[in-house]
Amino acid sequence: MRIVLAKPGLDGHDRGVKVVAMALRDAGAEVVYLGLRQTPDQIVAAARAEDADVIGISVLSGVHVALARQIREAQRAAGVADIPLVVGGTIPPQDTATLADLGVRGVFSVGTPIDEVVRGVLEVGLLARDPLSSGGSR
Amino acid sequence: MTSTDSGIPVEPWYEPPGGPSPALGRPGEPPFTRGPYRSMYRERLWTMRQYSGFGSAEDTNQRYRYLLGQGQTALSVAFDLPTQLGYDSSHELAGHEVGRVGVAIDTADDMADLFDGLPLADLSVNFTINATAPIMLAFYLVAAERRGADPAALAGTLQNDILKEFLARKLYVFPPRPSLRLAGDVVEYSARELPRFNPISVTGYHAREAGCDAVQELGLTMAAAIAYAEHFTARGLAFDSFAPRLSFHFSSQLDLFEEVAKVRAARRLWYQIATGRFGATQEGSGRLRFFSGCSGATLTAQQPLNNVVRSALQCLAAVLGGAQSIHVMGYDEALEIPTEESVRLALRTQQIIAYESGVTRTVDPLAGSYFVESLTDQLQQRATALIEQIDAAGGYVRLLEQGVPQRWIAESAYAAERATASGEKVRVGVNRFAADGGEPAPRLFTVDETAASRQRARLAQRLAARDAAAAKHELSRVREAVAAGGNTMPAFLAAARAGCTVGEITDVLRAEFGEYTEPPPW
Repeated sequence: MRIVLAKPGLDGHDRGVKVVAMALRDAGAEVVYLGLRQTPDQIVAAARAEDADVIGISVLSGVHVALARQIREAQRAAGVADIPLVVGGTIPPQDTATLADLGVRGVFSVGTPIDEVVRGVLEVGLLARDPLSSGGSR
Repeated sequence: MTSTDSGIPVEPWYEPPGGPSPALGRPGEPPFTRGPYRSMYRERLWTMRQYSGFGSAEDTNQRYRYLLGQGQTALSVAFDLPTQLGYDSSHELAGHEVGRVGVAIDTADDMADLFDGLPLADLSVNFTINATAPIMLAFYLVAAERRGADPAALAGTLQNDILKEFLARKLYVFPPRPSLRLAGDVVEYSARELPRFNPISVTGYHAREAGCDAVQELGLTMAAAIAYAEHFTARGLAFDSFAPRLSFHFSSQLDLFEEVAKVRAARRLWYQIATGRFGATQEGSGRLRFFSGCSGATLTAQQPLNNVVRSALQCLAAVLGGAQSIHVMGYDEALEIPTEESVRLALRTQQIIAYESGVTRTVDPLAGSYFVESLTDQLQQRATALIEQIDAAGGYVRLLEQGVPQRWIAESAYAAERATASGEKVRVGVNRFAADGGEPAPRLFTVDETAASRQRARLAQRLAARDAAAAKHELSRVREAVAAGGNTMPAFLAAARAGCTVGEITDVLRAEFGEYTEPPPW
């Protein structure tokens, strides 16, 4: 399982994304962390180049909906809309449905237990790999 | 006379018969373990300073008026991310971040609007700004100048601690060395022109929030203070010319006694560093003063009302530790920027501790506790060992450039997360006593989606109204000042007066200094 993680936007809070990266590695995943201030195009290009199973972004400045929308658009433009996108950060409960409508497959707001994040991200990746079990499209 | 609720008289401070040990001293006396001032809160309470800012300058000005009306005694400006990174609100990368986590300030005119109608000369203002700190200071000084305020009367603090941006907060723009030069320009200018202003606040808070422990917070903060003092003295500033205006900023978390011991150890450690390493001759140079920010990282999205109690404990720890100013978190900040109601409750938390609890009656009330004194000694020893380790490895800036302390922090954060996952570290409402989902969500702050477009329209008007040739000229003067190697503050002030924007000025600096990309974490 190969997972590309990134911090889009201008937000510098990277404690969460690093913890998630370490936990996913301990769980056996291959993690590529792109770092801070990544543009949607940079993230999508990296996901494509790495043949990622999942793209994960972390946003703690409150602009997760706008950034998720831009990344989904960039994915479609690059022909990799089938790579599932998951989002973590300070996400108010009412935004979960909005993100799902944008095609976000997993939302992990601050306070989600780390094991739940790992399980959730790996499941999203497995479902995308095996469309029969997910009814998905990859 | 001060007395307890049952009428027992309370002395200004208590000490053993025969006088204090040299490691403790008396309040207001070296080594300042017991506090920077003799009478502390008996004479003057700490400054209650809620960090706030959102939307446009007018939006935030309204919030400031509200907070001052509720009994807050000073202001603390939160800037939005584009302002902190030197992008105008119209920049492509600014996008939805305009006015989102702080106020959008593009020009000195915006800064004037931010403080419209507020008594600048009577108000202490904290600016949480770093990479673009000299520019925001210039905007503030120009706004004050237009109001006829005497710069010598302006009180406040500029965070201006760029090193901790590389360490933990991550809102850097330029590489470390030119960044240090800009920080030094501010300190040098301020030592000359702004006698009541703290031009830098050396900050352990963000490293702690990012995951390190109290020992690391203390050691890294002191290592940074040493790096700044070495840099400033290397450029010819006398230690005693800037050290009395150095301010510090620590986190206050939940381990009550350790948090109190940490800041007591910090005062003693800084006194030793100031006198031992830097040969301070003025007493004020070794007198550590600090702002305490309660901890966002300890707050939980689950059962958010529990955060009121966590914040009260953290505020109490800051008070027992002798903080000069305090911010208390809103209980809803794990979910959104705080509502007016939640900010008021945070301020009331400070006021209840200040006016109802009685803990302000005597200075350093935990002194002499076997436990707290032992913790204070151990924190000092362990932090000193960390400083020695950093010295031996070539110094703090060099380690930062290699990403070493960044890794220490990430490893501590991961260990803490694992401890929570295993249940070893209890978090009420998360891994113990968790609700079964029946809890109502709090009413959260509503983001005004029009703020960004209003700000962009205002910027366009201001650009149209200014003398474009004069602005261009001042930008070229900024470029010359940077290249000449002297102090850049006068050029920033002239550019601010000419209506140059934070983006324009930062672009000049980007061209001269380059932009920083951090080393990969692994």
